[in-house]
Amino acid sequence: MKPFDYTRAASAAQAVREYAPGTMYLGGGTNLVDLMRLGVAEPDRLVDVSRLPLDTIESVRDRVRVGAAVRNTDLAVDPMIRARYPMLARAVLTGASGQVRNVATVAGNLLQRTRCAYFQDVTRPCNKRRPGSGCPAIAGDHTNLAIFGASEACVATHPSDMAVALAALEAEVHVTGPGGDRIIPMPGLHRLPGEEPERDTVLEPGDLITAVELPPPPTGATVYRKVRERASFAFALVSIAAVLDVGEDGVVAGCRIALGGVAHAPWRAERAEQALIGGPATGEAFLRAAEAELEQAGPLPRNAYKVPLTRNLIVSTLEGLAS
Amino acid sequence: MNRIEGRVKVTGLATYAAEYPVENVTYAFPVQSQIAKGRVRHVDAQAALAMPGVLTVLSGEDPPPLASGAGELALFQSREVAYRGQIVAAVVADTYENARAAAAVVRVDYDPDDHDVSLRADHPGLYKPDHVNPAYPTDTEKGDIEAGLARAAAVVDVTYETPVLHNNPMEPHAALASWDDEGRLLVYDTAQGTTLSRNTLAKVFGLPKERVRVVSRHVGGGFGSKGTTRPQAVLAAMAARAVGRPVKLVLTRQQMYDVTGYRTPTIQRLRIGADAEGRLTALEHVAYEQTSTLEEFAEQTATPTRIMYAAPALRTAHRLVRLDVATPSWMRAPGECPGMYALESALDELAYALGMDPVELRIVNEPETEPDRGLPFSSRNLVGCLREGAHRFGWEQRDPAPGVRREGEWLIGTGVAASTYPARRSPSKARAVVQDDGDVLVQVAAADIGTGARTALTRIAAEALGLAPERVHVELGDSDLPEAPVAGGSMGTASWGSAVVRACEELKSDGREGTADTTEEVQGDAAFSRHAFGAQFAEVRVSSVTGEVRVSRLLGVFAAGRIVDAKLARSQFIGGMTMGMGMGLMEETLTDEEFGGFLRRDLAQYHVPACADVLDVEAVWLDERDSELNPMASKGIGEIGIVGTAAAIGNAVYHATGHRVRELPITPGKILMF
Repeated sequence: MKPFDYTRAASAAQAVREYAPGTMYLGGGTNLVDLMRLGVAEPDRLVDVSRLPLDTIESVRDRVRVGAAVRNTDLAVDPMIRARYPMLARAVLTGASGQVRNVATVAGNLLQRTRCAYFQDVTRPCNKRRPGSGCPAIAGDHTNLAIFGASEACVATHPSDMAVALAALEAEVHVTGPGGDRIIPMPGLHRLPGEEPERDTVLEPGDLITAVELPPPPTGATVYRKVRERASFAFALVSIAAVLDVGEDGVVAGCRIALGGVAHAPWRAERAEQALIGGPATGEAFLRAAEAELEQAGPLPRNAYKVPLTRNLIVSTLEGLAS
Repeated sequence: MNRIEGRVKVTGLATYAAEYPVENVTYAFPVQSQIAKGRVRHVDAQAALAMPGVLTVLSGEDPPPLASGAGELALFQSREVAYRGQIVAAVVADTYENARAAAAVVRVDYDPDDHDVSLRADHPGLYKPDHVNPAYPTDTEKGDIEAGLARAAAVVDVTYETPVLHNNPMEPHAALASWDDEGRLLVYDTAQGTTLSRNTLAKVFGLPKERVRVVSRHVGGGFGSKGTTRPQAVLAAMAARAVGRPVKLVLTRQQMYDVTGYRTPTIQRLRIGADAEGRLTALEHVAYEQTSTLEEFAEQTATPTRIMYAAPALRTAHRLVRLDVATPSWMRAPGECPGMYALESALDELAYALGMDPVELRIVNEPETEPDRGLPFSSRNLVGCLREGAHRFGWEQRDPAPGVRREGEWLIGTGVAASTYPARRSPSKARAVVQDDGDVLVQVAAADIGTGARTALTRIAAEALGLAPERVHVELGDSDLPEAPVAGGSMGTASWGSAVVRACEELKSDGREGTADTTEEVQGDAAFSRHAFGAQFAEVRVSSVTGEVRVSRLLGVFAAGRIVDAKLARSQFIGGMTMGMGMGLMEETLTDEEFGGFLRRDLAQYHVPACADVLDVEAVWLDERDSELNPMASKGIGEIGIVGTAAAIGNAVYHATGHRVRELPITPGKILMF
């Protein structure tokens, strides 16, 4: 591990003032510290924001504001979250382990890095870690990597479960930074790799997430389901956060589908959503919608299974919500 | 019995190799090859030597002398690189962090060659090794396979593949080495056998055995990966000699994947024929596997086929290829575990081809004597295990039709497989002495790698002496104690226990002390085929939506001689079965074809079962009497639990889905892509 300086910020404003190139903000550290040990992250300086007074969950009119430093466990067990956004509680609880969730923060969960094997091994090339060095995953191990929105430079996936639920809930990410305060609607925080796979998000240097704000819960039934070969403590092969609102007439009034484990960002299945809204809530329609979405899939040999998996998962999840 | 060391372990007081308080200690950190084949042209240590706290950099530039010059332990003795991840240099510094930081700036220049890391059944480099691990014949053949297949009513000709698997003990491999003023070497090592580790280190450093001491009081799992001395012990000793101070070396999890052994991948072809009644007419099992260019390790994959079923034509063969990879080694039930996966899966396919119940198929082919050598079995209760298991599991109600039981999206299936493991023992020494308070101290250089060996030996000694176990104190894990074989081959308890019983018997007649050396006794063991047997039953639920497989029930029934201690035995069996579940459904190390070495070198990527995967795992055993084995009448139980589990699960997946996945692990992706 490269030696680094450490300071603890007393406020978000101070944390931003402390920022300089080479600085990283430290939340729970469950991912960043691992990456530092591996030599993947080599900050000169850590500004600890894990103890900022951003650790509350508050109801603000019809919305809920979750502080960036709220621990994953506290978010998942919060009675208001469980009652109003059960999909979010479920998504958080499917992530990591109890020990990790006790430490990991909401902002840190959003900003965790891909678990691509090449990214985590400094002795091998990786465009995300060392831009221009190449992407061996495309010819090598991409079993758990992206089928949507990948580029020739990078096929990594974003590993968060929580972010997938937030994408379906259309949460807002509140950011402060050298350029002032702003609000980024989910799923807009994370970006596709394109030619700059080193950039996971649209955040600018020095930006600090202060809160995640949840709009009123969507109308309709919601669910989060995660697929993995190990029953616990494993990243999603594919996951889905879905909202389905079917009117009395059997017509789909509203539908949101967010997918995890398939792209560099939580993937809103907009084509599927559009195909469904205004149409019948039938298994046949769900299948057509899933296939419409998967037309843009670009699987590689070892992750081609994600195409039928995603299709099945969309159909089965929507069928479950419709009944 | 509860584990004697349970309390010190759960309270954190048990001292493991890296935890001994040693004054003036320094730390070593290895530098690993970043090419898979070629030569180290130059190691530039200048930048590392300028780093804070760095004492020295060891490498092939100025090779520290070793007495033995080949293989995985011959660190820095050659400039040749045999695999990616091989240790090519090491930094010694005043702190772990300084050593690790400096290791990152050691510059190694290579002359790389093209590497070949891919096992194939048609690899031109395949050859027939002289023997397979540890000393079995490479090939066996009796009868006419082709004629047997020709007259069979049903034939299966199938190929099964198993991936690279890693042992992944919880405690990383570590060593803490120091030399005293008289040139004696002391190593706290993570060893499955201190006698062997001492002998190995004595040989590597050219020292008489009595000038080397290896201590391993507690070892946090090994599964075979700590059975042979690993590079960290040699490197720590070498570094301690170089800096004149004690050196501590703890491998990272990633380094463990590179330099502490692994289970070879296998490609196994089975050709089996049977007549209309299910009696085998031919059984052929050919295994293809890999070794390194440094050392030969030939896994005995097809050897269980030599003893399992009666067949007039029986052929087994092993072919090996030397690749630019690390040397594979022992991992829980080497040979039996991958071999029985393939055999027992193929037998299930045969049962379907014949339209016969798979339990009955196995019973019909029960041999009277060992099929390979014709030896009588000292005891064999496979049929009893199958029948008992079938009864307990509710097998009688089973509908053999695949793919027809469904609860919602979940397809349900059951499967069975046999298991087996040799019941060997090796010579051991032991000493028992009455202490001042009347309690008895038993000494043997045995190893407790988490198996409960200390507790089992206490119980064995207490029974031999007619004392309460509280009055017996077993001292193990130190090469200064009476010499003993490794905890390996499921023969620890049988070997050490034999010596402990004999020492206790002598103590009883002497009144004060007894010593034993079982070399002659073991050499006099009569010619029997000695094996434990078992039957494993699995029930799985397979999602027709996601391909996820969940093992809802797992039952193992074993016949393994007299069970020394029920609580310890159950832990061993269900531990092995759980590891077998991992092999069946999730464990896999990928070989990096482009760069060499392994991928997924941590426990976030290499998945072993989590508690949530272990829903209902139970092990029971038959009361087996076998007086030919050893004074305890016991058979080893450390490995048989993993044998057959993956096949039972794979067979259950077929029964649930109608899909036969022939490459482990059986992942959702493989099921969905059918």
